Amino acid sequence: MVEKQGPGGGSGTVELIGEHPILDFQRGEKVLFFFDGKEMEGYEGEPIAMALHANGVRVYRETEKEHRPRGFFCAIGKCSSCFMVVDGVPNVRTCITPLKPGMQVETQHGNGSVPDGKD
Amino acid sequence: MKTLSTEILVIGGGAAGLSAAAEAASAGAKVMVIESDLHLGGQLVKQTHKFFGSKDEYAGTRGFKIAEILLNEIESCKDNVEIHENTTVTGFYSEDKTFTAMRGEESFFHIQAQKTIVATGAQERLIPFVNNDLPGVYGAGAVQTLMNVYGVIPGKRVLMVGAGNIGLIVSYQLMQAGVEVAAIVEAAPRIGGYWVHAAKVRRMGVPILLGHSIKRAVGDRTITGAYITGLNEKFEPVGEETFVDCDVICIAVGLSPTTEILSQAGCKMMYVPQLCGLVARRDMSMKTSNPDFFTAGDASGIEEASAAMVEGRIAGLSAASSLGYLTEHGKLDEYWSRLQSLRSGEAGARICQGIECVLVNGWEDGRNG
Amino acid sequence: MDDMQKLFNSGVLTGEREGAQLPPRELWESKKGGVVVVECPQRIPCNPCATSCPTGAIRPFKDINDTPSVDHSLCTGCTLCVASCPGLACFVIDLTFSEDLALFKLPYEMLPLPRKGDRVACLNRVGEKIAEGTVENITQPRKDRTYVVHVSAPKTVVNDFRAIKVVECHA
Repeated sequence: MVEKQGPGGGSGTVELIGEHPILDFQRGEKVLFFFDGKEMEGYEGEPIAMALHANGVRVYRETEKEHRPRGFFCAIGKCSSCFMVVDGVPNVRTCITPLKPGMQVETQHGNGSVPDGKD
Repeated sequence: MKTLSTEILVIGGGAAGLSAAAEAASAGAKVMVIESDLHLGGQLVKQTHKFFGSKDEYAGTRGFKIAEILLNEIESCKDNVEIHENTTVTGFYSEDKTFTAMRGEESFFHIQAQKTIVATGAQERLIPFVNNDLPGVYGAGAVQTLMNVYGVIPGKRVLMVGAGNIGLIVSYQLMQAGVEVAAIVEAAPRIGGYWVHAAKVRRMGVPILLGHSIKRAVGDRTITGAYITGLNEKFEPVGEETFVDCDVICIAVGLSPTTEILSQAGCKMMYVPQLCGLVARRDMSMKTSNPDFFTAGDASGIEEASAAMVEGRIAGLSAASSLGYLTEHGKLDEYWSRLQSLRSGEAGARICQGIECVLVNGWEDGRNG
Repeated sequence: MDDMQKLFNSGVLTGEREGAQLPPRELWESKKGGVVVVECPQRIPCNPCATSCPTGAIRPFKDINDTPSVDHSLCTGCTLCVASCPGLACFVIDLTFSEDLALFKLPYEMLPLPRKGDRVACLNRVGEKIAEGTVENITQPRKDRTYVVHVSAPKTVVNDFRAIKVVECHA
């Protein structure tokens, strides 16, 4: 049931449900994006957090003081666990931000800083 | 800054919000639905199981199919409904009667509405244990989103914490997605969810360990296992710890209503344990102490989606009628009798106690009556 | 709390209860097509078993929270309730299938889907394999991906066999 395929990053496998007894998954177009500079594949329009998880990435940020790893938790934009730096913008709720081709997604260290060259 | 305006603002496009929007729009009101997720449907779209209830609540129909039915209903009165997805209401400023909202992460605007229905749902609770912050400790709703909406495998082997309806249903859904469920631990001496849901996972070989809880999670950067322990009647750990091999710990220990907007609108709030947290006091029309604010669904108390849909209908009906739109006579009574029958089972007794605490007989000022 | 009650509290049926009563034995043994065995011992707001029943064998509910009550003499073993019950708590068991074997018609919402002739593991209420069965037929009464798998298995497991596990995959 697990499709193992595709380019590396994370666990090196793409962890997707192939066949499901009840559901049919309609996925967007396959696109490339970058996680900490590493090229990965995802589906356009799915949340960034899901695309990362499918690539085996579990750690999305590190806390300011204790450097504790943080990942996915509520998936509805309410908990702040999955904040990352996306195209230079910190504290992006990756669980409800759609993936776009070429996106630069980075692990967030600490609380993030105001991006350069932005209002 | 841009200001959008509408007659009725519905915050949250889940089971309650969609029902409210459909009801108000079909009465003729102009409705705006704000949904923070990328798609409408809330928790409904994540449910592969068939719903309980009666035909009126789409019993025997799978949750994600019910979402489709509600969306079709909204489509049929689409001239009256404006929908904003991937948009979050971030606050309400009562002196200006203005909401602030954010589309995506970086585009901001204002909303003004004559009436507002707060159907913001709930958020996952967490319980304290060592390493409960590590990646791999996921809320049950999040696991559903991953696997049932986006088709991503949450992990290889899951420890489920909590045997309420959500813990039981998500365990079953994990097996449908091809994921192994190591065990379900439940602190109470009996399952909290429907017995038939438990029977479904038991006969697939999943142990349900009553009087057990998670003591600590194990892992360096991500979860590689967990220690569980038995509990005595005072819920204190007893006996030896047992190691469970797992890479996901799924937390299904309950939900808390999401009510910040109601508080910001000055609605009289009340902590009601039976409804799982702080909720707005309301009358039979789901109107709060602020006559411009209504509440429905999990935001008004944690309950089944079937009840949330009926509450949404009531709030939508009441909001529309408070603006002078004609609504069918006797509908409110019909909705209440549906709610009452949904609440007259074993699990409903607690909900009824909670509702009794929080319900008022009508608001004194009588505005918009 | 005794062990049986503890087991029941974790979702395992132990003996007969209201909403979970076996059909009268004599009627059961003579009824071709089988009769329904319902295991729904808790008052919950749910009635699709009764509303889906074409013969009124599952008696119409007075209150939506009623536990199912069955007039087995009216049951034709049609499996509409098996496919409709959100709790997967209805099973049809036909004792007339053969001398030694009964035919079990069980709800199935997992993968892989077995095929006619496949051997499957017969599981009891805690998921233990208690026998092997043969898939005789697969239907999808409501066309909604809840399948009803018809499995022949020894009559000795009539009171215990409630789920299947597909072990060997067909080619």
